[in-house]
Amino acid sequence: MSDSSAPQATGHRSEPVLIEKSVRGRRGVRPPSPQGPLGPLEEMLPGVELRTDLPLPELSELDVVRHYTALSRRNYGIDAGFYPLGSCTMKYNPRANECAARSPGWARLHPLTPPAAVQGALQLMYELNCFLAEVAGMAAATIQPAAGAHGETLSLMMVRAYHRSRGDMERTSVLIPDSAHGTNPASAALCGFQVRPITSDADGLSDTRHLRELVGADTAAVMLTNPNTLGLFESRIAEICAVVHDAGGLVYCDGANMNALLGVARPGEMGFDVMHFNLHKTFGTPHGGGGPGCGAIAVGSVLEPFLPVPVVVRRGNALYDLCHDRPLSVGRVHSFYGAFLNAVRGYAYIRSLGPDGLREVARHAVLNANYVRARIGGAYEIPHNRLCMHEVVASASRLKRRFGVRAMDVSKRLMDHGFHPPTNYFPLIVSEALMIEPTETESKQTIDAFCDALIAIAAEAETDPEVVRGAPYSTPVRRPDETAAVKRLDVRWGSSGQ
Amino acid sequence: MGFIPHTDRERAEMLAAIGVDSIDDLFEPIPEPLRMARPLALPAALDERALLRHLERLASDNVTMDTHACFLGAGVYDHFVPAVVDALISRGEFLTSYTPYQPEMSQGMLQAIYEFQSLVATLTGMEIANASMYDAATAMAEACLMACEVKGSRVIGVSRLVHPHYRHVLRTYAESSGVEVRELAHAEGATQMPDGGAPLAAVVVQNPNFLGCIEDLSAAREASLASGSMLIVVADPIALALLRPPGDYGADVVVGEGQGLGCSPGFGGPMLGFFATRRELARRMPGRIVGATTDLDGRRAYTMTLRTREQDIRREKATSNICTNEALLALAASVHLAVLGPQGLREVAAACLRNAHSMVDALTQVGARRAFERPFFREVAVRPPGRLGVAELNRRLLQRGFLGGYDLGSAYDELDGCWLVCATENRTREEIDGLAQAVAELTR
Amino acid sequence: MTSTPGGLKYSTSHEWVRLEGDVAVVGITDHAQAELGDIVYLELPDVGRRIAQDEAFGTVESVKAVSDLVSPVSGEVIEANTGIGDATDTVNQDPYGAGWLVRIRLSAPEEVEGLMTPEQYAAMVSEA
Repeated sequence: MSDSSAPQATGHRSEPVLIEKSVRGRRGVRPPSPQGPLGPLEEMLPGVELRTDLPLPELSELDVVRHYTALSRRNYGIDAGFYPLGSCTMKYNPRANECAARSPGWARLHPLTPPAAVQGALQLMYELNCFLAEVAGMAAATIQPAAGAHGETLSLMMVRAYHRSRGDMERTSVLIPDSAHGTNPASAALCGFQVRPITSDADGLSDTRHLRELVGADTAAVMLTNPNTLGLFESRIAEICAVVHDAGGLVYCDGANMNALLGVARPGEMGFDVMHFNLHKTFGTPHGGGGPGCGAIAVGSVLEPFLPVPVVVRRGNALYDLCHDRPLSVGRVHSFYGAFLNAVRGYAYIRSLGPDGLREVARHAVLNANYVRARIGGAYEIPHNRLCMHEVVASASRLKRRFGVRAMDVSKRLMDHGFHPPTNYFPLIVSEALMIEPTETESKQTIDAFCDALIAIAAEAETDPEVVRGAPYSTPVRRPDETAAVKRLDVRWGSSGQ
Repeated sequence: MGFIPHTDRERAEMLAAIGVDSIDDLFEPIPEPLRMARPLALPAALDERALLRHLERLASDNVTMDTHACFLGAGVYDHFVPAVVDALISRGEFLTSYTPYQPEMSQGMLQAIYEFQSLVATLTGMEIANASMYDAATAMAEACLMACEVKGSRVIGVSRLVHPHYRHVLRTYAESSGVEVRELAHAEGATQMPDGGAPLAAVVVQNPNFLGCIEDLSAAREASLASGSMLIVVADPIALALLRPPGDYGADVVVGEGQGLGCSPGFGGPMLGFFATRRELARRMPGRIVGATTDLDGRRAYTMTLRTREQDIRREKATSNICTNEALLALAASVHLAVLGPQGLREVAAACLRNAHSMVDALTQVGARRAFERPFFREVAVRPPGRLGVAELNRRLLQRGFLGGYDLGSAYDELDGCWLVCATENRTREEIDGLAQAVAELTR
Repeated sequence: MTSTPGGLKYSTSHEWVRLEGDVAVVGITDHAQAELGDIVYLELPDVGRRIAQDEAFGTVESVKAVSDLVSPVSGEVIEANTGIGDATDTVNQDPYGAGWLVRIRLSAPEEVEGLMTPEQYAAMVSEA
C-alpha cells in the first residue's frame, strides 16, 4: 500500500460492494442447528421445486463488520454534525430512548400474543395515544400509519368515509396550497381525489380570497401545513377552518412542522379536524437513513368512529384491550399496529420532557430559526423577512443572478465547511430556496459556525464563483452524474449496467 | 431539559441579535386566542433513571419470545438474529442520518441500499428491487395499485390464503381507490386458481401461504396469463433460500415481509416491506431506488435515481406517495444476509423445515391431526386433540410458558378449530417436546 | 439566450409548431429544454391517437423535473419521434430539428393562427 503521493483520507477510499468481496466457501455466523436429523430436503418437501443456485455474498463476520464500518464512515448523521435540513427536524436522538426501545420486553413481543399477556405494550400505546391527542388538542389518536405520508393517506381515507357516512357522495376535491409538501397532492390522488391548488399571497400565506373561490359543495378537505413550508404561521387559520367547515368540508393539518407548536398552540383549537405527527421529526426518533418513521394521526371527535382497527381501549376492569368491533372504521393500513418500537421511543421522549420540556422545545426551535434569519439576512435574500417559526427560507437568487452561483452550489460548498446542507429548491414558490431548520438541540456556537460558513460562501461567490460552482472538494465523491444514473440504470449488482 | 444547550447569557445574545426582548415575543405571529393559556396536561418530566425504570416496569408486564417458547408465527417470526446486526445498525452515522438527498454526504447509506436492492433481487429471482416499503401489507397493496395502472383494469384477484391482515389492508386501499378485490377460494391447503374468465389486473398469491403450505406457482402463472393479469407473489425471504424463486415462474412483482431477516418482532412494527419487479416496470414502481453512476472525477458513486416518479417532483401524478421507508431495517436485513451467506441462510431455512416437521411429529403423537397434507415450510395447520378450543388451549399454554399458535378460526370460518403452529430455527428439542407434552396434559 | 426561430408558431406551454401542409410538426422550445436541463426520458403518444388542443399528450423528464407535453393543436397523431430512443439529449441539442416530438394531422387548422409569433414568444420568455 506504500505510495509516494499523500495518503488518502480513510473515509475517501471507495468500498467495493459486498459481492465483490465474496470468497467462495467462506462462512460468517453459524445459525442454530436443526432439532432432529436433517435428511434430504426433498423428503420433507415432496414434489416441490427447489432452487439450484443462491448467489449471495460469502463473507466472514469480520469482513462484514469492516464493510459496514467503512460505509458508515462515508455517511453523515446528526451524531456527526449539524443537519439543518428544512422540514425534516433533524434534532438529537436521545440515547436513553434507544436503550428503552431495545429492551426485550418491547423488541421481542409478538403482535398476536393474547392482549391479557401484553398489558404493558397496550398501556404504552393507549397512553401515547392520549398524549398525542392532548398535544394536538383533539379527541383521539392512532400510531398505525408507518410514516407521515401514510398518515395523510389514512386521514384522507377517513375524510372520505366520513362524507359517505352522511350520504354526501359528491365531495371529490381536495384543496392544497402551492407551497405544500409533495406528499399532500400525492396522497390526495392516491385516495381518488382531484387536487386543486390554493395560491399563496404576497405575505407567503394561503390566499384566503382564492380559497373562498375554490371551496364548495365538492370540497372534501383542505390540507394545510401550519406553520407552512416557509416557516410562517398561517395567522388566518381560524378563518380558513370556518370557511371550509361552513362549506361542509374538513381541514387536515400536515404536522411535519409541529416542532414549532409543542405546548404553545394546538391544531385542534385552530379548527383542524385531523392531523399527522412525524414521531421521527417532532419526537426525536432517529430517521435511520430514510426510515423507519411513525406517522401517528390525531382526530377530532367527528372522525373518531372512522379510526383504523384495532383500536386500543381500556375496559371497565382496567384491562387494556384491542377492539376490532368498529362498524364505521376505514379498515387497516398496516400489517399490525404500526411502528410500535418508534412509539416506545416517542413515549419515552414525551415522558422525559414533560409538559414544560415540550414547550421549551418549541420555544428554542423558534429562537434558533429566528437567530439564523437575523445572522444571514445580509448575505442572502429572505423573501418573507419577518418573525418566522421553527425554520427560515432564504434564497440564493441574488447570487444566481449576479455570479451564476445557485442554491445547489451553496449547498455543495457547505459540505466543505463540514455541514450538511439545508433543503434545496423547496418550497417551490421560492426560487433558489435554502430552507434552514436548525432545531432546538443545536448550540449558539454551532449555529454561529454554520452562519459564518454561509456568509463566507456568499462572499466567495462574488470573488471566486468558479470555486463555489465546483464544490464540494472534500467529500468521498463529488456531484454524481444523475443523468447517467437514469439513462444507464444500474440498480443492482450483476445487472447489464455493470 | 429537552436537550437544549442554551445558557441564559446565550439566549439573551440571540434575542438581542433578533431584536426582540423575549422568546414570547417570537410567537407574536400566532393570534393570541390560539396560544395555549395552560400547560399541556401530560405527566411531569422523568429523569433518565426514573424513565428507564418506568419503562422496564411496563415492559416486564409482557409475555415475550424470551419469557415463553414461541410457537406463534402468522406473519412475525422468532428468527435468530446475530449480535453483529444490531451492533452495526446502531452506528450513529447510519442511525441518525436522513434520507440520502445529498449523495456526497450519504454514500454509505446509498451503497447499503444498492446492496439491499441487489440482495432482494437475487433472493426473489427478479431483475430489480426498490429501497423498501413500510411492510408486506402495504407493499402488496401498492403492487396491486401499480398493476391496475399498468393493466388498465380495476379488479384484483387475491388468494384467500394471503395473510388476512394483508388482505384487509388491500381492501382498505382498494375502497378509496375504486378497485374491486375478488378473493380466490382454497381447497386442501392451496389456492384454487381462476380458470380464465373475467380479465383481472393481477392475481395475488402468497408462498408459503398463510397456512404454511407451498403453493403451485406454475398454476398461478398460468392463471395470470389466462386472465391477462400480472402475477404478484408475496414471498417469504427465508423460504426463498430453498424454493425456486418466483422470478423463475415469470412473476411480475414479488413483495414480502423482511422482518425475519435480522429485525426485531417489535410487537409488529416497524416491519420491512420489500418490492421487486421486472426492469421494464422500473418507472411504474413505487418507492425510492438507488442507482450506481460515476462522479466528476470518474469514481464510482451512488445516488437516488428515477426520482421523477416520486411525490416531491411529480406531486399528484406520482406513482405513490411513499417517501419515508424502512431504510435502517433494510440495512439490518443486508447485514443479516451478509453474515449468514448462502450456506447460512440455507441452514436457517432447513432448520425451520426440520423443526416444524419435528413439531408436527410430536403433536400428532399426542393426538393432533394435520388439517392438510400439502408440503409445508415453517408453520402448519393442525387440529389439536380434545374439546378445549384453540383460544382456551393458548390461554392455558401461556401459563405453562408457551406462546401457542394462531387461532385460524378467528380469520377463517371454514377453518374453525384449526391451530397454525410455527417452529423456527430458534426452537429447541426440549421446547418442542415440552409443547407436545403440555398439549397432551391440557387436552387429556 | 435561447433561440426562437422564425417561421414557427409557439404556445404558452413552450411547444413549437411547424406547418407542413395539413400536418403540424410539434416539439418543445429551446427555452423549455434549457429550463428542464438534461432530458432523460420521453413519453410519446401512440400513432392514431386523437388529441385536442391544450390536452397533455405525453411527458418529458429531466433528472429532477417532469413536464407534461401539451398539444398546441387538435388532430390525429400520425407519427411520434420514437427514433430518438435513448438519445433523448437530441431534444436538448436540436429542439427544432432532430429533436421534434410528434406529427399531428390537423383537424382544426384555424387553431394555428391563435398561437404566438416568434416575437411574442420571445417577449413572453424574457419577461419571466
